[in-house]
Amino acid sequence: MIEVTDLYKEFKGIPVLKGVSTTFEKGVTSMIIGQSGSGKTVFLKCLVGLHVPDSGIICFDGRKHKELDIKEQRLLRQEIGMVFQGGALYDSLTVEENIMFPLKMFADQSFSERMDRVNFVLKRVNLENANKKFPAELSGGMQKRVSIARAIVMNPKYLFCDEPNSGLDPNTATVIDNLIKEITEEYQIITVINSHDMNSVMEIGEKIILLKDGVKEWEGSNKEIFITENEAVVNFVYSSNLFKKVREAYLKETK
Amino acid sequence: MKYLKHVGKYFLMLRQVFKKPQKWSVFREMLFREVEDLGLKSLGIIAFISFFVGGVVAIQTALNVDSPFIPKYLIGFATMRSMILEFAPTFMSVILAGKVGSYISSSIGTMRVTEQIDALEVMGINSLNYLVLPKIIATMFFYPLLISLAMFLGVFGGYVAGTLTNLFSSDDYLYGIRLDFDPYYIQYALIKTVVFAFVIATIPAYHGYYVKGGSLEVGRASTQAVVWTSVVIILLNYFLTQMLLA
Repeated sequence: MIEVTDLYKEFKGIPVLKGVSTTFEKGVTSMIIGQSGSGKTVFLKCLVGLHVPDSGIICFDGRKHKELDIKEQRLLRQEIGMVFQGGALYDSLTVEENIMFPLKMFADQSFSERMDRVNFVLKRVNLENANKKFPAELSGGMQKRVSIARAIVMNPKYLFCDEPNSGLDPNTATVIDNLIKEITEEYQIITVINSHDMNSVMEIGEKIILLKDGVKEWEGSNKEIFITENEAVVNFVYSSNLFKKVREAYLKETK
Repeated sequence: MKYLKHVGKYFLMLRQVFKKPQKWSVFREMLFREVEDLGLKSLGIIAFISFFVGGVVAIQTALNVDSPFIPKYLIGFATMRSMILEFAPTFMSVILAGKVGSYISSSIGTMRVTEQIDALEVMGINSLNYLVLPKIIATMFFYPLLISLAMFLGVFGGYVAGTLTNLFSSDDYLYGIRLDFDPYYIQYALIKTVVFAFVIATIPAYHGYYVKGGSLEVGRASTQAVVWTSVVIILLNYFLTQMLLA
């Protein structure tokens, strides 16, 4: 479990996170939503250690991040997989080399063992014939899948995804969503996703956290998000007419 | 104050760079890649420029030395001295600062803005050590070879130019290049080269690594990197000359 307690972060005197507390459970797909500038990305970057919080505690299965020395922090990071918004694949490396990279750095395995693992994760993300291609030769959806494959190749305990669906068509976005959910359940990973995509939120968001101006406004599941009267949720999630109608229909049906 | 902040940040960066590589096999692989990218791929331009500049220096000296009291072997002497003492180590380094410096800065800068460096950090990799140390080692070991080649080709270019234009005889030229030759000059040139190689690898890496923004900022950082690397090379050249020759 990841426990976040009273997380606070500011940049040049401007507070971005104002005491966010929450928990993330194993095997559950958690989603962080909120408007641009609400602090989602900063929150995620604090969780993975790319930003150092000004105050607050982040605890990974009992290990307080702040209390770990550099060596222990590096070991913890080897248990983390991250899918970046743009994929963040290494341009000069092929798909196979990109995925093999963490194994080369941290696993004491022979080349054939590494290759087996690479082929296994590529198969897992349904990308079996792309081993020798370079990132520039792949579509956006394929790049995201390679990024997911690289993130899970070390069998991480924690998976963080920063807007995994941005720039993808609805079909590919659904494929990526389902893939992340399946992986989370199959390997019992703690998954935290930053998303703007309400379709994803409704589909796979077993736990949803709404951030507004650096404050946690609401927390609940994708079932509860339909019935909540929280003003911030209603204004953000149901800002489009389509979603408003869907919500009304859902509420009518469940009455 | 702004410049002081950058100097401090640069030295803090170096502290992270000079750490033990996390995996030697990966470091070795990166080192060979950098030798190819930063060294071998510069061989052509260095050979081309030094050969022709050596020729031009010899022709210019010959054309400007028309007094019968000045012996012709001084053309070889002047070409040799200018190639070894200044042209090969200093001006080739400025050329490399443009070619290699912009490459280092833009490649690391692009990795920064496309979150590839963040991806390394999230994996638990010391990104500065992983990206910059192989570049420093590759340039510091390979550039002395490159500059030695530039010295030889420069002097050879002068010889070819003289024999083709009949401005001086090959005997005069060969006598001139051996006249009062002190092997310490080569040592001096190579010491300067090693220092400049360090500058060429680290200043552009600094500009690329700390870039913020998008492609426009990467371009700006690349230009800044070339400018600052050249400025530092010229300043260090002055101090090193004072220290090593005066």
